[in-house]
Amino acid sequence: MEVLSLLGDGMLLSLQPLNLTMILIGVTVGLFIGAMPGLGSVNGVAILLPITFLVPPNSAIIFLAAIYYGAMYGGAVSSITLGIPGASTAVATTFDGRPLARQGRASLALVTAALASFVGGTVANVLFTLFAPLLASVALSFGPPEVFALMLLAFATFVGLGGDDIPKTIFSICFGLVLGAVGFDQISGAPRLVLFEYNGFLQGIGFLVLAIGVYGIGEMLWTIEQTRGDVTATTPKMTIKGMAADTKEAAKKGWKGTAIGSFLGFFVGVLPAAGATPGSLMSYGVAKMVSRNPDEFGKGSVDGVAAPEAANNSASTGSMLPMLTLGIPGSPTTAILLGGMVIWGLVPGPRLFVDEQEFVWGLIGSFYISNVAALLINLAFIPVFIWMLRMPFTILAPVIFVLSITGGYAATRDMFDIWLMVGFGIGAFFLRKFDYPLAPAVLAIVLGPIAEPTLRQSLLLSSGDPAIFFTRPVAGPITVIALILIFLPLFKALRRMRAKAKEPAS
Amino acid sequence: MRVGEIFTAGILALLSIYLMWKSTELPIGYISGTGPGGGAWPFWLAAIMLGSCCWTAVNWWRGQTPASQSDEPVLDSYGWRTLFFVGGGIIGFVTLISIISMYGAIAVFLFYYLWFLGRHSLWFSMTMSLVAPVALFFFFEGAMRITMPSGMPFTDPVFNFLYDIIY
Repeated sequence: MEVLSLLGDGMLLSLQPLNLTMILIGVTVGLFIGAMPGLGSVNGVAILLPITFLVPPNSAIIFLAAIYYGAMYGGAVSSITLGIPGASTAVATTFDGRPLARQGRASLALVTAALASFVGGTVANVLFTLFAPLLASVALSFGPPEVFALMLLAFATFVGLGGDDIPKTIFSICFGLVLGAVGFDQISGAPRLVLFEYNGFLQGIGFLVLAIGVYGIGEMLWTIEQTRGDVTATTPKMTIKGMAADTKEAAKKGWKGTAIGSFLGFFVGVLPAAGATPGSLMSYGVAKMVSRNPDEFGKGSVDGVAAPEAANNSASTGSMLPMLTLGIPGSPTTAILLGGMVIWGLVPGPRLFVDEQEFVWGLIGSFYISNVAALLINLAFIPVFIWMLRMPFTILAPVIFVLSITGGYAATRDMFDIWLMVGFGIGAFFLRKFDYPLAPAVLAIVLGPIAEPTLRQSLLLSSGDPAIFFTRPVAGPITVIALILIFLPLFKALRRMRAKAKEPAS
Repeated sequence: MRVGEIFTAGILALLSIYLMWKSTELPIGYISGTGPGGGAWPFWLAAIMLGSCCWTAVNWWRGQTPASQSDEPVLDSYGWRTLFFVGGGIIGFVTLISIISMYGAIAVFLFYYLWFLGRHSLWFSMTMSLVAPVALFFFFEGAMRITMPSGMPFTDPVFNFLYDIIY
C-alpha cells in the first residue's frame, strides 16, 4: 500500500503544469529525433541536457526521461517507413515492419509498434514499481558467464532468423562478430584487425555504419534493381476508421509478441551492460520460435513488429533500474542521465530511494504519464509518417540515400565511415543476390563487443575451463538452451540431406 | 548465377583467410594468467567463416542452392546500368562532400537523381535541391549542433553567412 501511495504522489507531481509541459515537449522532441536515421535517444538527451539546468532537478529528469521514451517510440518510424533502423534497438522492427509497409500496410505496422511500445512500457513500469530493489539484486548476481550465456542465447535466435541456408547464416553471424572486433583489443589495448593497414579501422566499425550500409544503401539498390525502377506504388491511407481497424488487428495478431517482448525485454534491460538491443532481438527470436506461423516472420508478421517494439520500450525502463538503485547505467542514454543526476547533486544508489523519495517517485510517476503521452502523440503523428510513404519512389529513394549519408556522418563524424558504409551497401547488394542473410551480421556487430569480453573474463575466472558456462546455476540452463537452439537447425538440415540421399535408392 | 555463387564463396573464403592471418598479429591461444589472447576471438570466428564457405561450396557442387541451379546472369544490362547510375551517383555524392561540403553535395546529388534519373521537372528538381540542404543545415547545425563537413575553403563565405543566421 505504501508503494501505491508513493506512486500516487509521484504521479501528482508529474502532472503539475511545468512537469506535464516538460513531458509533452520531451516526448514530441524524442519522437522526431528517434525517427531520424542515425539519431537516437542518446543524441536527444545529450544535446538537451544543458537546457535542464534552467528547471528544478525533478522537472529536468522527467524531461530527459520523456525524450528517452519518445525516441524509443520514434525508432520504429524510420525502420517501418524508410527501412533504415535509426538505432540498434529498432533493427528487429525492420524485419517485419518494412515488408508490411511495402504491402501498403504501414499504418498497421505503425499502430502495432505504438501499441506494443505502450504495453511494453506499462508492464515495465509496473514491474519497476513493485520489484525495483529485488530486481536490482538479481541483476547484480549476473557475472560474465551469465552475460555471455545470454549473448549465446541471442546468437542462437539469429540462426533461426537466417532462413534455410545454414552455412550462409553462420558466415553472416561470424562476419558481424569479426567486424565488431576491429579496432582495439578491449582487454590488452593493442590494435587489432587494422585491415589493409588503414588507420581508419583503429576506431572500430560502428553498428550504424553496417546497418545504414546494408539497409539504407544495399536494400535500396536491391529494390531499384529488382523492381526495374517501377516500385509498386502503395498508396496507404489513414482514416479514423482504418486506424480503429488496425488497432483491432494489432491487438488480435500481435498480443503474443507484445507479451513476450514486454517481459523478456524488461529482464534483459535490467542487466547492466545488456540494454534494449539484445532484449528486442531476443524477443523477436523467441516470438518466432513460439509462433504458430513462423514462416510469416520476415514477410510482414504483426507479431514480428510487436515483439521487438514492446521489448525495446520495456528494456529502456528496465535499464533505468540499475541506474537508480545501483548507480550502474544500463545503456549510453542512462549513462548521460546518471551524469545529469550527479550534476544536480543527487547520488544514485540504494540510498536514493530513502533520501530522495520525492525525486524517485516523481520520476517513476512520470514514466506512466510519459508512456500515455507518447502513445497519444505517436498515434496523432502516424498520418504524417504515412504521408511520407505516398511520395513517388523517384523522390523517396534519393531522400533515403541523403538521410543515410547525413545520418551516418552525424553518428560517427568520420568520412572514412561514410566510405565504409557505401562499400558495405554495394557488398550487401551482391551478397543478397546469393541469398546471404544480412540481418544476423548487423545484430552480431552490436552484441560482439559485449560477448567477447564476457567470454574472456569467464575463461579467465575458470582458468580456461569452458565448464564454467554449464556449472553455474543461472548460466548453465541458459547455455544449454542456447546450444540446443543452435544445433537444432543443423540436425534438421542433416536429416533432410540424409532423407534426400536415400530417395534415389528407394 | 551458378558461377557467381562459387566466385562469391571463393572471395569470402579468401577474406576469411586474410582475417585469420591478420588475427595472428595478437596471440590466438590461451595465455596463463591473462586468459585467451587478443587474436583468439576473431581468429576462430574467421576460421568458422572459412568453414562456412567450404560448406557453401559443397552445397553448390551438389546443386542444393537456388543460385547453383540457375543459368541466369548475376546482373543483366538493366542491373549493371542501375548499379552504374545509382551506385555511381552515391559514390559521386560522397566524393563531392570533401570538395563542395555535405550540403553542396546533397544539392548536386538530389538534382542529379530527381532530374536525370527520376525525370522530374526542372523546376521541381531545382527547388528540392535547394530547399533540402538548407533545411538540413538548420536541423543539423542549428538544432542538433552537429557540424557537417564544409568542403574546401572556397565554400567559407556561404557558411559564414549561414552561421551568422544561427549564432
